[in-house]
Amino acid sequence: MVVTSEVVVESEFETLTEKKSVGRTIVQLMRRKPLGAAGAMIVIVMILMAMFADFLTPYDPVANSFASMTEAPGWTHWLGTDQFGRDLLSRIIYGARTALLVGFTSSVIGATAGLVLGVGSAYFGGRIDLIFQRVMDIFMAFPLIIMALAVVSIFGTGAQNVIIAITIPFIPRCARVVRSSALAIREVPYIDAARANGFSHARIILRHMVPNVMAPYLIMITAFVGQAILLEASLSYLGLGVQEPTPAWGLMLQGGAEEYALSAPWMAIFPGVAISLAVFGFNLFGDAVRDVLDPRLRSR
Amino acid sequence: MSQYIVKRLLLTIPTLLGAAILVFFLMRLIPGDICELRLAGTGGYFDEAALKICRSEIGIDQPTIVQLGGYLWGLATFNFGNSMWTGRPIVEEIGLRFELSLMIAILATVTATIIAIPLGTISAIKQDTWIDYVVRSFSIAGIAIPSFWFGILIIFGILFTTQWWTGIPWMPPIQYKSDWTSWANISNNFGLLIWPALATGYRYSAVATRMTRSAMLEVLREDYIRTARAKGLVERLIIQRHSLKNAMLPVVTVIGLEFAFLMGGLVVTEQVFNLNGLGKLFVESVTNYDYTMTQALVMVVVAVFVFTNFLVDVFYAWLDPRIRYK
Amino acid sequence: MQFARLIRSALVLAAAAAVTIAYTAPSVAAGPAKGGVLKYVVPAEPPSFDGHRETTFALIHPIAPFYSLLIRVDPTVPYKSGNFVCDLCTDMPKATDDGKTYTFKIRDGVKFSDGSTLTAQDVVATYKKIIFPPQGVASARKAFYVMVDSVSAPDDHTVVFKLKYPSGAFLPALANPYNFIYSKAILDKDMHWYEKNVMGSGPFIWDGREAGAFIKGKRNPNFYIKGRPYLDGFEAIFAKKQSLRVQAIQGDRAAIEFRGFPPKSRDDLVKALGDKITVQESNWNCVLITTFNHKNKPFDDARVRRALTLAVDRWGGSKYLSSIAIVKAVGGVAFPGHSLAATKEELQQIAGYWPDIEKSRAEAKRLLKEAGQENLKFTLNNRGVDQPYKIVGTWLIDQWKKIGLQVDQRVQPTGPFYATLRKKKDYDVSLDFNCQAVVNPLLDVAKFISDDVSGNQYGSYQDRELDKMFNAMNQSGDPKEQRAIMRKFEKRALDEQAHAFISLWWYRIIPHRSYVKGWHITPSHYLNQQLDSVWIDKSLM
Repeated sequence: MVVTSEVVVESEFETLTEKKSVGRTIVQLMRRKPLGAAGAMIVIVMILMAMFADFLTPYDPVANSFASMTEAPGWTHWLGTDQFGRDLLSRIIYGARTALLVGFTSSVIGATAGLVLGVGSAYFGGRIDLIFQRVMDIFMAFPLIIMALAVVSIFGTGAQNVIIAITIPFIPRCARVVRSSALAIREVPYIDAARANGFSHARIILRHMVPNVMAPYLIMITAFVGQAILLEASLSYLGLGVQEPTPAWGLMLQGGAEEYALSAPWMAIFPGVAISLAVFGFNLFGDAVRDVLDPRLRSR
Repeated sequence: MSQYIVKRLLLTIPTLLGAAILVFFLMRLIPGDICELRLAGTGGYFDEAALKICRSEIGIDQPTIVQLGGYLWGLATFNFGNSMWTGRPIVEEIGLRFELSLMIAILATVTATIIAIPLGTISAIKQDTWIDYVVRSFSIAGIAIPSFWFGILIIFGILFTTQWWTGIPWMPPIQYKSDWTSWANISNNFGLLIWPALATGYRYSAVATRMTRSAMLEVLREDYIRTARAKGLVERLIIQRHSLKNAMLPVVTVIGLEFAFLMGGLVVTEQVFNLNGLGKLFVESVTNYDYTMTQALVMVVVAVFVFTNFLVDVFYAWLDPRIRYK
Repeated sequence: MQFARLIRSALVLAAAAAVTIAYTAPSVAAGPAKGGVLKYVVPAEPPSFDGHRETTFALIHPIAPFYSLLIRVDPTVPYKSGNFVCDLCTDMPKATDDGKTYTFKIRDGVKFSDGSTLTAQDVVATYKKIIFPPQGVASARKAFYVMVDSVSAPDDHTVVFKLKYPSGAFLPALANPYNFIYSKAILDKDMHWYEKNVMGSGPFIWDGREAGAFIKGKRNPNFYIKGRPYLDGFEAIFAKKQSLRVQAIQGDRAAIEFRGFPPKSRDDLVKALGDKITVQESNWNCVLITTFNHKNKPFDDARVRRALTLAVDRWGGSKYLSSIAIVKAVGGVAFPGHSLAATKEELQQIAGYWPDIEKSRAEAKRLLKEAGQENLKFTLNNRGVDQPYKIVGTWLIDQWKKIGLQVDQRVQPTGPFYATLRKKKDYDVSLDFNCQAVVNPLLDVAKFISDDVSGNQYGSYQDRELDKMFNAMNQSGDPKEQRAIMRKFEKRALDEQAHAFISLWWYRIIPHRSYVKGWHITPSHYLNQQLDSVWIDKSLM
């Protein structure tokens, strides 16, 4: 009898500590944070669209076809065509690539630059901090449109220059947030102890301060991607962003789309929906990331 | 306290100066100039003599240092000078547009606040229920939808609906009447301003809703709320008397900062609705190479931003004395 | 009895005749009625009010109604080339003295809106400002008047122009819509007064302005053409976005726009409003030119340039592009339809206009191979404006793709675009344009002559043969001779040397509310804008 109950107890113990499969973890996360899960799914779909665009698109996104100008959505063109006869669905799928490229690059570079500058400023403190704060204030207050126009006029239009223009406003915003987190850590005794031990600045910053500001850093990155996509759309709409014939959602909303909005509304509707969905997904996902990483900032 | 105020005020000066110098040089880095643009007109035929005359009248043929000196001196004496493009005083050109932008900013703020505070509060109280999810989705959608696209949809929606319903397409007014004395003008202006206020107000309300919700959540977790509940106070009174006021601080901050952005930041929306506001003036002055106007506008925008931040900081310092002594 | 019957039949016949006449006679057309305020939308606001100085159409649309011209294109009839009539003068003069002297008689009873009387002295002072501007005064179109030797007023009602040589380009230059007649008294006091102020003798008087928003005018009760203007006033509303201007007309916030709409907007308006919209269309005196930077290899090689123009299917492209862009006519260097322009047969002899596009493209490929440039890759410099620049640019790239070339587009905002073209010259191939007010091909083709004599040739080349032909054309008084030289000029510029090539001529489409009457479209958005013969048919409102 004793043997049997031991066996029974052991198997119950096993059940309690059994490793949950990855699938079960995901399902549990999804149930706990349904909005975040929805966002994550949208993000994943976008990334897949961008990566496999070459295989997914039925038509060449830049091929003019004067025979099928402004066709309504139908079986040959699921989302219709624009005024050059280019398939809208293909252009939207390729547009995901541009959006993600611009979005990720500018947010990662902007956030990382902000991280370095913010931590450095907090660490060195004193006059450096004061000057740095003022410089960051200037760039935060400075209107983006002028910056973008200047960048575009000097360096030309195109994806990389749009990235430069969009990255600039992100740096001070991330720097500010990171700095306030880093300031808290600065006061902690072990930093002084490390200095007393003769550790170099770089080592202290990289080893001790940066890991502690990872949470706001990652949160900012996810927040920025959505904003970057919106900014790229606005700049392209104003004619300062990516140029024809590159497929980009903001560009597709400009010019022809408005002109044809009454007779060919699909030209104006679908790219806008694409932008909104993408930013929506990134924001939901970003919220969930923030909830998980920093419960204090939860549910904003 | 006054020491803190003075210190904070002094700190705004380098920001303003830095922005002034930055815009000065940034504009002059763009190839081309105002006279070329003005005389290009037809077939790009330029009369060299006319170009030279134009440049000397405006003063862009002087050495950069001289121009910089004149500009900074003008800023110090609050003399903004004349627009390079029209030759009229900048204060006059900005004045009218400022009024219009202000109207829209106020209307949008009112719209946003009316929507945001009740929604954010309900969402906080009913956290993690389906009401909460709906409100959160609604507000994130507001942040996700490009406001200029929303504006385009609104206009086309109006045209399409009125056409379909009555056979005659109705278009919102396209002119702002700065004379508010007659009823015709008032209704004209309202018909003009309500749509951009809605388009920007949605996004604005989304931001404010989220902030209200998170601030309320923070407050509702506080100990004194628990005490009030333990005391047996009715839930409604708890919300109204104790939570709402304390939650308002970050909400007011966010509303203030967004308001600052509305003055001059609505570049694309103004294009969509044909509003003669600061954003439109901004784009025009930049594309026209109107250095003096752009510089003045940037200073206005930066000053609004800096001043708003200053007010917020002072407000916080007044509420939380620990900040003053840092 | 017989007589009575006769009378009766006569009466019956008369009655029948009367009834027939009543049914078939044209009903009395509603004549111009007085009254109403015309609201129209203008795409941009002018920087100043001085017509002699500015070059933008944004000046003409709101400001031309305030001023008179010496001669102008006849606004009361549908446009005909060369149909100039008097505005301030009494009769169109014939040139005397071997075509070198023009004597104009000025009307009586013309008053400026400040009450002073307009005399020949004012006309002379105005033209002196335009043709011989004093130090420090800018005159944007001075070069149009190189043929003028002097202008004078022997008495208060006569103006005499003396030319250095007879020129067919003089009268069209004189009719330029920017030549507002100013008051001598004011010009004597301050040459710059008219930049910020408006005071003229035109059909309308200044009625207020709001910066960035609108300019208003009201009827001039003392206008010298009796019975006109018909309108009580006008309101020029500034609206930058094109789609908004279309919507304004659709929603009746404005009645008309004087620049031009794309074909799709016209279709939308017609579909939405039916007969409440009237559409007027015309070829436009504007053309998109593709310019080669002759200083950059391999565009200094005429074979490469010829190949690039041979590859473009203009006849086919016109069909497609005219349904999405404001371009249509296939033409050479002269405005299509003008007496100096090439006929279709003459055009088809020029490279790029051959009727067989396959043959043309094969020849293009052959030329490229001969020049060793089969895999040529370059960037097309373009202006960041949709209609028609970016559309035509996208189409051109597609055409060049068909002969195996890889081209991409570099789009710049307007200002830097001009800077690139004019000064920096950091381009290989660029789109360029030529828009003129009055159709004047003899002067307009100055775009193709050597850059050290032309005011607006940006390809960095000199071609003395073209210069010689240009001068010969302009100094000949014989239209037949002019035409013969023009054909040779065209062949050399577009075909043999292919210094630049013409893509398509623009097409002007003006859909407007049907209650606007009396306005006739012209090939240029600078003409016919004084609005004195425009009236509103209230019954159609």
